[in-house]
Amino acid sequence: MRRLAALALRRLAQSLPVLLIILVGLFLLLQLAPGDTVDALMAQMGGGSAEDAARLREQYGLDVGVAAQLGRYLLRLASFDLGQSAIYGKPVASVIAERLAVTALFMSCALAFAFAAGLVLGVLAARRVNGWPDTLISTLGLVFYAIPSFWLGLMLIVLFSVKLAWLPPGGFESIGAGLTGLARVLDIAEHLVLPVLSLALIFLAIYLRLMRASMLEVMSLDFVRTARAKGLSESRVLWRHVLRNALLPMVTFVGLQFSTMLGGSVVVESVFSLPGLGRLAFESVVQRDLNTLLGIVLVSALLVILVNFLVDLLYARLDPRIGA
Amino acid sequence: MRALRAYLRSPAGVIGAVLLVAVIAAALSADALFPRDPLALAGRPLQWPGANPRLPLGTDNLGRDIAAFLFHGARVSLLIGLVASVVAVGIGVMVGAIAGFYGGWVDDLLMRITEAFQTVPNFILLLVLVAVFGSELSVITIAIGLVGWTAPCRLVRAEFLSLRNREFVLAARGLGMRDLPLILGEVLPNALPPVIVYASVVMAIAILLESALAFLGLSDPNIASWGNMIGAGRAVLRTEWYVSAIPGGAILVTVLAFSLVGQGLNDALNPRMQVL
Repeated sequence: MRRLAALALRRLAQSLPVLLIILVGLFLLLQLAPGDTVDALMAQMGGGSAEDAARLREQYGLDVGVAAQLGRYLLRLASFDLGQSAIYGKPVASVIAERLAVTALFMSCALAFAFAAGLVLGVLAARRVNGWPDTLISTLGLVFYAIPSFWLGLMLIVLFSVKLAWLPPGGFESIGAGLTGLARVLDIAEHLVLPVLSLALIFLAIYLRLMRASMLEVMSLDFVRTARAKGLSESRVLWRHVLRNALLPMVTFVGLQFSTMLGGSVVVESVFSLPGLGRLAFESVVQRDLNTLLGIVLVSALLVILVNFLVDLLYARLDPRIGA
Repeated sequence: MRALRAYLRSPAGVIGAVLLVAVIAAALSADALFPRDPLALAGRPLQWPGANPRLPLGTDNLGRDIAAFLFHGARVSLLIGLVASVVAVGIGVMVGAIAGFYGGWVDDLLMRITEAFQTVPNFILLLVLVAVFGSELSVITIAIGLVGWTAPCRLVRAEFLSLRNREFVLAARGLGMRDLPLILGEVLPNALPPVIVYASVVMAIAILLESALAFLGLSDPNIASWGNMIGAGRAVLRTEWYVSAIPGGAILVTVLAFSLVGQGLNDALNPRMQVL
């Protein structure tokens, strides 16, 4: 365990410079944007004198050079002060904190579903390579990959909410129903089925292709032949010997793909009006609330780093050769 | 010639090529078949497909001819996909080549920057770029290219790392060749095949990203983008769901075409490599 922790911590330390690059990059991007905060404020107030502008610039710390501003900006962020949200009139940090749980739950469900289904379908396809199940599953994978998530979401709403009336068309839970305990859990689960399906399908397609390729590669290795020669049954060879080794690239890929998935949640949360981080990102673009948007960028980068840290831990656990 | 024959042996590649030719034909014939502005009012709103022979796919809730919108949309999608991919692959090749060729601290620095771009979710970065620079067609296209360069960059870097100490490179160096001609003339041509295969995936992703932006109403409102019509159709989803369904089918076919072509190219050019 010690070895694992040391390894994962080393990887975590490596992501600090990456985080710094992101912050400096965002800061420079904002410098490129036409006009500064004060210009925007003055425009909102309907104009003002040059003295007012100078006073405001001093108040917002815009009267010093770019380098000093960058220093202050980084210091502020280090104490997790993300500034004020213009549309909600609250600190950005608390606006984001309110939305984080929904997105975390939504992402975990989508990730778990895509991973599990991709794994099973990939194994099934690899088992009968080039047979009809393989052809069918691989074709489905290609089609799934091409379906835009937001369009799939709308079509699922038409089918399951409008025509069949089985599932709710949006929202995170029934408002005003006052449900508690298990009833509330079931209610939320009911609301999450369609969004999870819409977001997960494209990743399911990616995982199934990766799993199939990885299974095929491991199946050609010597130790598999040995296991077969020992007289182990085919399914035991497949599930106990091949699968564990074939899982390694899958696990790495979850870490790599997580940031893409988080990006995808923006659209899907907007389709299903889920009050999560992604929808907040969309709202803040529409309302030109840059403070909130940058806070979301920072938080989602931190989430991606965290997930990759967990993936590293898991990977080292699955493969004892790592870090030895 | 041998590569072409190998490509034609792959069923995925053949189907993809057929679909792609159909989309390109739609894009090219848009002006001839539908000379009027696809964003203009064409008839009574919300006519179902087949109800009016003059408007084979019906009209949307703004009274726009869906068939005309589809054909003109093919042009927009292909244009954005093509330019954004050129930007993404261009940046990726440049950064990846420099990182892989020189190694050392240059590689370290460039790879940290690449990781930074990979850590921020690409769609959220796209939103930031749109929020800061606006949503004209040119800005959107470049922004989509800007969020998609990391994967080609890693591919090129890996190729350069494995090529840079090969004998032909050492020989060229021994002959006193300068770095720039060495990179461009000797190493790059050998590193390109996997990047060319991957370019079709970049194209598919670019088209999906643009349609998602347009769906949210954050793309250029003055162009006929498929995502834009899906977004407009949301208002009448309960009853006239075809308004959203039809342009979505067009996106599906186009993205599928690029994925299949990528698979066919992969089968033909490097049968051992898996494209993700």
